[in-house]
Amino acid sequence: MQKFFHDAVEFVPILLQGVWLTIVVTVGSLLLSTVLGLVWALMRVSGIRVLTGLSAAVINVIRGIPIIVLLFYIYFVMPDFGIALSALQAAIIGLGIAYSAYQAENFRAGIEAIDKGQIEAAQTIGMGWWLTMRRVVLPQAVRIILPPYGNIMIMMLKDSSQASTITVAELALQGKLIASSTFKNTSVFTLVALMYLTMSIPLILLVRHFENKANRK
Amino acid sequence: MIELNDVHKSFGKVEVLKGITASVAKSEVVCIIGPSGSGKSTILRCINGLESYDRGEISVEGARVDQGNRSIVAIRTQVSMVFQRFNLFPHRTALENVIEGPLYVKKEPREAAIARGRALLAQVGLADKAEVHPPKLSGGQQQRVAIARALAMQPKAILFDEPTSALDPELVGEVLSVMRKLADDGMTMVVVTHEMGFARDVADRVLFIDGGVIVEQGAAKSVLNQPQHPRTQDFLRRVLHPL
Repeated sequence: MQKFFHDAVEFVPILLQGVWLTIVVTVGSLLLSTVLGLVWALMRVSGIRVLTGLSAAVINVIRGIPIIVLLFYIYFVMPDFGIALSALQAAIIGLGIAYSAYQAENFRAGIEAIDKGQIEAAQTIGMGWWLTMRRVVLPQAVRIILPPYGNIMIMMLKDSSQASTITVAELALQGKLIASSTFKNTSVFTLVALMYLTMSIPLILLVRHFENKANRK
Repeated sequence: MIELNDVHKSFGKVEVLKGITASVAKSEVVCIIGPSGSGKSTILRCINGLESYDRGEISVEGARVDQGNRSIVAIRTQVSMVFQRFNLFPHRTALENVIEGPLYVKKEPREAAIARGRALLAQVGLADKAEVHPPKLSGGQQQRVAIARALAMQPKAILFDEPTSALDPELVGEVLSVMRKLADDGMTMVVVTHEMGFARDVADRVLFIDGGVIVEQGAAKSVLNQPQHPRTQDFLRRVLHPL
């Protein structure tokens, strides 16, 4: 145990640099996936055939490709087409795109759960499609969307470790580098696991808060 | 003011409106009665474009109602609708429900919209409920907020789709008395209802609809007191004397 604390004092500062990149990747890809997911979801419920079909196709393609392959594609293949991104950029874009499919399905479920009568009431006071979405549907859908959204945040935090495969020195890669150079696997990976857990706990509490709020109604 | 000319409408293979021709004059109150599934609500929904229709023509003050038409929004702001299940926005207070249209569709100044919204809530007897959210109101109160919301658009006519059918019996009166006041003030109203007493006392005319056609129409008292057609007679007997 004493040895563990001794290792901790030595490794935590290095691992914290990884934590910082983990947070950057998670927050960046969360924002991107939210925006893209909302776009896919709104296309899906637009009632316009072309947009609905396009959105369904995009979601299925994204869902059918492993995140790691998507990351490799963006980081290693895109340069062949003249688009060279830094590892960090590629990680944020790759995870953002990958998760936009799940975000979209969550948003769509929330939007479709809103009573049709609400939409008709909005129409009869002269609201168009976008105003109905903005003023009537989305504010109510948020309550339904938030608990699963929180779960997606937790999954994204953990999946940000996949960015290590394209050389982003986030927490998991930082840990792996220290472990392979010091052979202190137990100490290092215990610390890494504890750090992920520490970051997840506030999110888990947030999900519980959302759920309570949604249930209270 | 509202004209329907040989309107046909099908849902899939089922033809629910089989050639409806009717008109509603300004300040007239027309009640539509008839058995469930006869197409009563569909007529209202076609008038303000919630449903499209297949053949014939509907116009409001000369403007053709057509879902594909851009002016449908303009027509909807002139013809408001009150629903059986109120359809208030549960995430907004009574007052916010009322001013939503004036504020965001008509772009009225906020203070003016709020002042008028409060006046309308007072008009339907709910001045003290302005800040309450709809789920905390009784059915009758919710429906009166819905009527205030419809009035806030300053419509030329209001369509009521079974406004009291979802209410507990003791709450029906408060909604009907608000509607009666509107009629007295000269509002043009089309009311789909099962309240024969209201139809008799308030309506100028009654249309009896069955199987997607107008079976009988005329002055409210004559249709309800001396129905001519056997189907009208049968329907009224079952509604007025269910046992």
